Amino acid sequence: MPRQTLYDKLFDSHVVRRDADGTVLLYIDRHLVHEVTSPQAYEGLRLAGRTPWRTQSIVATADHNTPTTHWSEGIRDPVSRTQVETLDANIRATGAKAYFPFRDRRQGIVHVIGPESGATLPGMTVVCGDSHTSTHGAFACLAFGIGTSEVEHVLATQCLVTRKSKSMLVRVDRRLPRGVTSKDLALALIGRIGTAGGTGHAIEFAGEAIRALSMEARMTVCNMSIEAGARAGMIAADDVTFDYLRGRPFAPAGENWDRAVAYWRTLHSDEGAAFDTTVVLDATEMRPQVTWGTSPEMVESVEGRVPDPDRERDAARREGIERALTYMGLAPNTPITDIRIDKVFIGSCTNSRIEDLRAAAMVARGRRVAASVKLAMVVPGSGLVKAQAEAEGLDRVFRDAGFEWREPGCSMCLAMNDDRLEPGERCASTSNRNFEGRQGDGGRTHLVSPAMAAAAAVAGHFVDVRRLFG
Amino acid sequence: MQAFRQHTGLVAPLDRANVDTDAIIPKQFLKSIKRTGFGPNLFDAWRYLDHGEPGMDNAARPRNPGFVLNEPRYAGASILVARRNFGCGSSREHAPWALADYGFRALIAPSFADIFFNNCYKSGLLPIVLPENVVARLFDDVAAFPGFRLAIDLGAQTVATPDGAFVQSFDITADRKNRLLNGLDDIALTLAHADAIRAFEAKHLREQPWLA
Ligand code: SF4
Repeated sequence: MPRQTLYDKLFDSHVVRRDADGTVLLYIDRHLVHEVTSPQAYEGLRLAGRTPWRTQSIVATADHNTPTTHWSEGIRDPVSRTQVETLDANIRATGAKAYFPFRDRRQGIVHVIGPESGATLPGMTVVCGDSHTSTHGAFACLAFGIGTSEVEHVLATQCLVTRKSKSMLVRVDRRLPRGVTSKDLALALIGRIGTAGGTGHAIEFAGEAIRALSMEARMTVCNMSIEAGARAGMIAADDVTFDYLRGRPFAPAGENWDRAVAYWRTLHSDEGAAFDTTVVLDATEMRPQVTWGTSPEMVESVEGRVPDPDRERDAARREGIERALTYMGLAPNTPITDIRIDKVFIGSCTNSRIEDLRAAAMVARGRRVAASVKLAMVVPGSGLVKAQAEAEGLDRVFRDAGFEWREPGCSMCLAMNDDRLEPGERCASTSNRNFEGRQGDGGRTHLVSPAMAAAAAVAGHFVDVRRLFG
Repeated sequence: MQAFRQHTGLVAPLDRANVDTDAIIPKQFLKSIKRTGFGPNLFDAWRYLDHGEPGMDNAARPRNPGFVLNEPRYAGASILVARRNFGCGSSREHAPWALADYGFRALIAPSFADIFFNNCYKSGLLPIVLPENVVARLFDDVAAFPGFRLAIDLGAQTVATPDGAFVQSFDITADRKNRLLNGLDDIALTLAHADAIRAFEAKHLREQPWLA
């Protein structure tokens, strides 16, 4: 038996058939569905007179369009409402293993509710019409985003036509220092390899720093793999994985649990397995990160400064920096900690889990949002995260500090609902994309960790969260 | 899917790296439950001076004269040359739908983001990867020669100027080429293997009953 990577094991165990040119029919175990990328797929299925292959593989929710306030009033935007109601009708007509509709107690961002319900399990292939499906790879799954035609294809056939990617090992040695999180790790990696650095690859994250992370923190890292250009990110299964999953509603129980864990323990790269590309990072060198531009690779340590395009020799890169600085309204060489912010968004599938909220609350406790900050909002990733946070009193901590405590959903991560930046507004955001207009036309996004976002809310500008704790 | 065999068309340049899917089709237009009609909102934030929302009369909106696709010389372009990592960001297939609906049949860049690249084929849109220096040359030629056209032959896997002075071959997998040349229905092709899928599924769920 040749030594296999985790990716080899996950991919090869789902191959239904393989063509001579390397095209593979890959079996899909879990299909996550949300309202934005599914309506055309269900319609296509209907028009062709087809039915879903295995509805028990489907877990669905409405998250992108749903409001985060005044739930009793429903969805006011008629176009958004139609999309959510279309999902309701499609699931009603064809069925699913689970559906968490708008206002359900367990509704939430699709990448938060999959893991928390135990619908994401090690060894699975997981797909969703959403690029951040890579999140689920934290559970030793092969999880990746697909387009709407492929959503229809999976609905109809339970398979995807695909090819094996190259493999990349990101090994992070030693431990992250206090105040430096897995979000900083992910941003630092993207800063190093670039947003196209992982293109054509499936990344496996390994090393002491990764082993030491909680499941929540591992999900943050895998979530951001797509921002590094990789379609999938994954982490080997271990006791941290099993402890998280034990007792979750859709996780196996009893004898099945023992059998499952015995299998899951094999889900790691074999000693000496070969990767196409290897990147080694030292966790102890990492510092809190803040993006300054319009691509996640435009990132600096909080101790750094906004770059000076005059010092960039490559003409295309220089132009890219200039364009980004103009859009972001930043002068070259400005210290990161001098950048003042208007809004703060703590949420998204990257950083809206209970641990993220605890980290932000720890900073917010006993402090006040700066008067110059127009809005600081906390949007839990799911109804269950929200309930857990309230049981721990975190909502009070946030409210007392002047943050708004909202209903779960994607919210200002992509601003499809009412939560958005106005032109020119500057935001400290725990989400994953700082593209032009991502959080609202003309809005300026700086990506940071939850603790860094909370610290910026309190100070009114970016601060080194490590200093706050002395 | 729509078949693609040969295509000759006007070339437009989009001189930016990392053009993301939010830029190609902003999120407010993703609320549609249809597959068509996205063309007028392609690159909406760059193309118009006002803020676009679904349902607006796009013909009446103020155009941004500084945006390349609004230049008269590129009206009717059907081939887009772009810089590296084109189509990064979300998995939204609305991005290739918008490009196709606008009238593009092919895209040429040094690299594309994975999901976007894959999605293009589903709309009969051909993404072509060419070496960075060749793409740079195409940018120069487009700028230098108004009305610059390229001829793409999928069967021969070539991009060429109509006079044949420039010919460059490109790679594509045999499977993708076949599907695109013949406009095959992916789902029907896969369902021809329904027995193999069923056999795999039965064994897989027997071995890992917790997946059922
Ligand atoms: S939270 Fe943001 S990135 Fe995550 S699924 Fe929602 S919109 Fe996409």
